[in-house]
Amino acid sequence: MYDTIIIGAGMSGLAAGIRLAYYDQRVCILERHNTIGGLNSFYRLRGRDYDVGLHAVTNFTPLGAKRGPLARLLRQLRFQWADFGLAPQIGSAIAFPGVELKFGNDIELFEAEIARKFPGEKDNFRRLLQRLVDYDDLNPAHFEMSGRQVLDETIGAPLLREMILCPLMWYGNAAEHDMPFGQFCIMFRSIFLEGFARPLAGVRLILRNLIRKFRALGGELRLRSGVARIKVEGGRAVGVVLDDGRELQARRILSSAGLVETLRMCEDLTQADDHRGGRMSFVEAISVLDRQPQQFGHDRTIVFFNDSDQFHWQRPGELCDVRTGVVCSPNNYAYGAGEGLPDGILRISALANYERWAGLSEEQYRLEKLRWYDRLVESAVRFVPDHRSYVIDTDIFTPTTIRRFTWHNNGAVYGAPEKRFDGTTHLENLFLCGSDQGFVGIIGAIVSGITVANKHCLKG
Amino acid sequence: MTPAGIRTEIISILGDIAPDEDLTSLQDDVPFREQIELDSMDFLDIVMELRKRHRVQVPEADYGQLVSMASTVKYLEPLMKDA
Repeated sequence: MYDTIIIGAGMSGLAAGIRLAYYDQRVCILERHNTIGGLNSFYRLRGRDYDVGLHAVTNFTPLGAKRGPLARLLRQLRFQWADFGLAPQIGSAIAFPGVELKFGNDIELFEAEIARKFPGEKDNFRRLLQRLVDYDDLNPAHFEMSGRQVLDETIGAPLLREMILCPLMWYGNAAEHDMPFGQFCIMFRSIFLEGFARPLAGVRLILRNLIRKFRALGGELRLRSGVARIKVEGGRAVGVVLDDGRELQARRILSSAGLVETLRMCEDLTQADDHRGGRMSFVEAISVLDRQPQQFGHDRTIVFFNDSDQFHWQRPGELCDVRTGVVCSPNNYAYGAGEGLPDGILRISALANYERWAGLSEEQYRLEKLRWYDRLVESAVRFVPDHRSYVIDTDIFTPTTIRRFTWHNNGAVYGAPEKRFDGTTHLENLFLCGSDQGFVGIIGAIVSGITVANKHCLKG
Repeated sequence: MTPAGIRTEIISILGDIAPDEDLTSLQDDVPFREQIELDSMDFLDIVMELRKRHRVQVPEADYGQLVSMASTVKYLEPLMKDA
């Protein structure tokens, strides 16, 4: 009998596991995949390391900062700031036709860029910042307000509204077209007010530290152990049945599998509302280059691009939509002296349709990957220097890859549009953590695991 | 445990929870929150550490007693007299 069974060995599950094991609970984390990390995992291909999710750790605050989610999670998990090896970004940009707004880990640069490119909007942007300060995250009505509406009320230039929304939607909006103002505030803080960083070794450094700590505290991790069913007796979860038929018992269950995905496992529910699931998924083209990006004039960490004045955030009808995208170069972080990645790398993400990709035959899938790699890069080089002649290796991952790592419906990257902030479900001892709790990004996911573990699994 | 012993133990717990804080000049009658950066999650950790280290149970209704060093020591004294 376990005190707590945790479904999923992603960032939130591992963080929750550390909290509970630290306070002497008997904890088991069950992971369906053959590796840990969930959305933020990694793989090795032809001798090179790749990250799946991580472009940047958002919510970055420097050593010594006592406030903010990063400082909070380090304290809660008893880590030192240096354990995550975070190197800050060099600088990023939002690129629309004819206009580019640079930003970094200090909001002053972004404000100065807005004042220069949109001279009439300086004070409006200040008003928007004030709206963020006034936002009450304990008031659900505040969360559900339309983010677009708040922008319409504060920012005059339609183009600037779209440019501000673009990175916020890309890095954390599960809904289509608009985003709840609460999610807008969370993303705005994590991207523009805090900022981007990355460990030199990528996401595996963070995962390695999490899993080491979890195991050192006596926590148990089982890979290749998918949960087929959650057993329910008298309104309580009593245990799980694994894919291979084995059963495990627990006093409580904490699931990071997603709201709809978790409800579907519960044997007391005959059907879960699939339409409530998220459907925003991505494709990513990865190019390994024979030189560092700065050698051919690409000095941005992340570039969010959109090829018209109107930013469209919706699931494409086709396999992909490459009108908007994100170009990330893991080389362009301020690593320590003499440190750096051996190869140049550019990762280009675009919107994708899970169902279309999942419906392809193996042969078609291979062909479409090649075809869309070319289209993605072709679209991106309108906004970053053309690097196609320096490519020495490529890979592409699709919504079906994301599905394999996360088991989320539709390969949904940011979970379902409907969030469960308090982590509760219809069962008194079944709780949710992870992306369907409203937190996104690596830091957000870890904070989510900590919050739910504290609130529901430690007290009492 | 004596009040002085409890105080030393709380300092040790705070040192674990907030390793970057200077606790040498902590004033006993001033709320913790006004002197060091502690949020509700950190307060939970004080309670959890007491349970882990000394098997002392602090019910949620009593969390408010842990507002300052003086009130914490006073609250814990009867609970930890045999610890």
